[in-house]
Amino acid sequence: MGTLLVVLVLALFLAAILTGGYNKDFLERVRHSKVWDWLTTVDHKKIGIMYFMSGFFFLLIGGLEAVFMRLQLIVPNNDLFTGDTFNKLLTMHGTTMIFLAAMPMIFGIINVVMPLQIGARDVAFPFLNSLGFWAFFFGGLLLNLSWIFGGAPNAGWTSYPSLALMGFNPGPGIDYYVLGLQISGIGSLMSGINFLATIINMRTPGMTFLRMPMFTWTSFVTSALLLFAMPPLTVGLLLLMFDRVFGSAFFDPALGGSPVIWQHLFWIFGHPEVYIVILPAFGIMSEVISTFSKKRLFGYTSMVFATVVIGFLGFMVWVHHMFTVGLGPMSNSIFAVATMAIGVPTGIKVFNWLFTMWGGELHFKTPMLWAVGFIPTFVMGGVTGVMLAVPPADFQYHDSYFVVAHFHYVLVGGTVFALFAGAYYWWPKMFGKLLDDRLGKWHFWLFFIGYHLTFFPQHFLGLFGMPRRVFTYQAGYGLESLNMLSSIGAVGMVLGTIIFTINVIKTARSKELAPADPWDGRTLEWSVPSPVPEYNFAQLPLVRGYDAFWIEKQAGNKGMAPAEPLGPIHMPSPSYIPVIMSLGLFIAGYGFVAHAIPVAVIGIAVVFISMFVRSFQQDFGYHIEPEEIVGSAKAKEVKA
Amino acid sequence: MASHIHPNDRPKQPGHLETATFEGKNKVLGFWLFLGAETVLFACLFGTYLALRNANMGGPTTQQLYDLKLVGLATFFLLTSSLTSVLAMNAMNRLKQGAMQFWLGVTVLLGLAFLILEIYEFVHYVHEGHTFTSSAFGSSFYALVGTHGAHVTFGLAWIMTLMIQTARRGLTYEMAPKLFVSSLYWHFIDVVWVFIFTLVYLLGKVG
Repeated sequence: MGTLLVVLVLALFLAAILTGGYNKDFLERVRHSKVWDWLTTVDHKKIGIMYFMSGFFFLLIGGLEAVFMRLQLIVPNNDLFTGDTFNKLLTMHGTTMIFLAAMPMIFGIINVVMPLQIGARDVAFPFLNSLGFWAFFFGGLLLNLSWIFGGAPNAGWTSYPSLALMGFNPGPGIDYYVLGLQISGIGSLMSGINFLATIINMRTPGMTFLRMPMFTWTSFVTSALLLFAMPPLTVGLLLLMFDRVFGSAFFDPALGGSPVIWQHLFWIFGHPEVYIVILPAFGIMSEVISTFSKKRLFGYTSMVFATVVIGFLGFMVWVHHMFTVGLGPMSNSIFAVATMAIGVPTGIKVFNWLFTMWGGELHFKTPMLWAVGFIPTFVMGGVTGVMLAVPPADFQYHDSYFVVAHFHYVLVGGTVFALFAGAYYWWPKMFGKLLDDRLGKWHFWLFFIGYHLTFFPQHFLGLFGMPRRVFTYQAGYGLESLNMLSSIGAVGMVLGTIIFTINVIKTARSKELAPADPWDGRTLEWSVPSPVPEYNFAQLPLVRGYDAFWIEKQAGNKGMAPAEPLGPIHMPSPSYIPVIMSLGLFIAGYGFVAHAIPVAVIGIAVVFISMFVRSFQQDFGYHIEPEEIVGSAKAKEVKA
Repeated sequence: MASHIHPNDRPKQPGHLETATFEGKNKVLGFWLFLGAETVLFACLFGTYLALRNANMGGPTTQQLYDLKLVGLATFFLLTSSLTSVLAMNAMNRLKQGAMQFWLGVTVLLGLAFLILEIYEFVHYVHEGHTFTSSAFGSSFYALVGTHGAHVTFGLAWIMTLMIQTARRGLTYEMAPKLFVSSLYWHFIDVVWVFIFTLVYLLGKVG
């Protein structure tokens, strides 16, 4: 308690010194600064950019952890990162990549693109959007601070008890895992609700459900999965926290608890989670393939159907992660059949992509390269998935490198490829500039070849008996050359990512602005200027069919027909409360990690007081007048 | 899309005020979605409890512990509060602010009575040796019923906050959806309690 007081007083002093006491000029300067603007923004495009960029930052951290592991495994009996350090690396790699890289980058793209695709001016809950981002950000920060303060979690991204319980894992690592994910999970749930309400309520006139672009559809189903899949994780993490911090007995067999309950809760969340990150990838690929084949997406309605079916079946298969637990042949069989059934809608999608390209006018720009590379890669991951779905065979593959190869084929070959494709495709909408295509092709080829070189040999390593999550292997068992190959392949991925980073920096420095419609696009986001004005659409567009913008272009129209007269546009005000509230969650999380309950109580109090303040706040936003809209549009024309 | 309505305006016509504005429609839909997530959350806690309810490790069993009279009284308070909450919403949609405040007040009092009984019950159980850390049964019981109790507490604070706001601002287009979703929340808590009463207490007595 004493330390806490000292820290609080120090913080107050610092705040006083930095702000020059209560200084009106200074506060005014802060209010007009760029940092304050980004901290308090409720604009879905800015929040999307923050999601994407912080997700990319965590992707680099997670990638570094992976490189360290491949360095350790490059030769047998290596001693670079051994034992506990390796366990921390593999835990943080998995956790970071899933929760702090893949999901936020997807949320980033959904945030920027989805409202534009349905012709909306904003998301349904701009405030909640901002809160969701900051909760994710502070959760990710908390999790990664574990490296510096007290040690990272080391029980794998699945964090099974009893290994994760106090008796076997007394350090703060698992507490960081529990609280970090809990806080970022709150953010994910909010985003899910927000996206769902946006798609249901905010579509522009004429944008019926069966005219929505494929990416919007996959965002919709992903959001529904988020809604129902995050609470089991919330409960699982809560119970694990109770067991560790308050001495309860949910997972402790000595007091009648059952570690299998954790496994169920985790995988009831965990399996839909893989569809949460893969479905938007399918959506991105559908948009890219259709645009660069200059063809309507083949079998659109069957695509929608397949997406919904995958989303539904995603909840019916979690036990295939637990075949070796011993739940019995009956439950294993049922879940095996359900798992294999997912191959059907996924197959529908693959064939639809192929038929979209068939007879199309193919343009191999960078996004299209990723999409074409994605199809065979993802199919390979799917095939090993069906192999793993056979319980007797799974007993052989379980916990071997075969599993590692499988899920990297779907998660990297699916999600990461799609994220890169989406980045190249939508960069002009996010930043108003085009990424360099030549560098993009270098990025693709280095990453693609390096990726296959890394993960293809891991299938065989697994079949030869190399267990996953173990920091070394013995010489003389035929594992040396394949491990060497795998580690060399990682170099390709590193080089590719470096080139992408250079590309991003180069583009940020370049002055060349992107046209509104650089790819001859088909959907509504290409009908507005790049970068997109804060109100998105000066007049809401009238949608007359699927591929709405393409229809207008084919009819010889310059742009979308307006669905409303020009009028004042209502905008939500920025708010600093989301940051404060997330900071409260962060403090509370830190309190629980340190087992300092008073600190946790202070953090929670900050959260509730912020909610209370927000409830009493009466801020109805502001209006942008038609003169301003017309004026800025004219200014743009003059510039062009 | 009724964009000419200012949130601080007072509705003149009775009706479904909660969805009279676009913001209201979003809020109600978003809240229904949130309740979907809450349902899954409680389902997980129920599942955990049902799996662990017999793991009492020599402590009191469910049959010895539960007292249906006390729980029945608590159930009566909570279910009645759902009725008064409906009456409050009914008054709101008829633009009767005074009646609405009265029924919200009754709702809060009934919720408070429920909460006091629940706290009394927990204290009693702890004296019987049934604590959060005594066994997996204890942990899962307090996690489930305690989470519900925390929801009731939050709901009470929420409704009281909105009563203060309504007293200050009047029954505006902004307040109506806020009041409506708080009553949705209150009904949800009630529904969860029906399942707790059945699956925890009744099943604990006879199952």
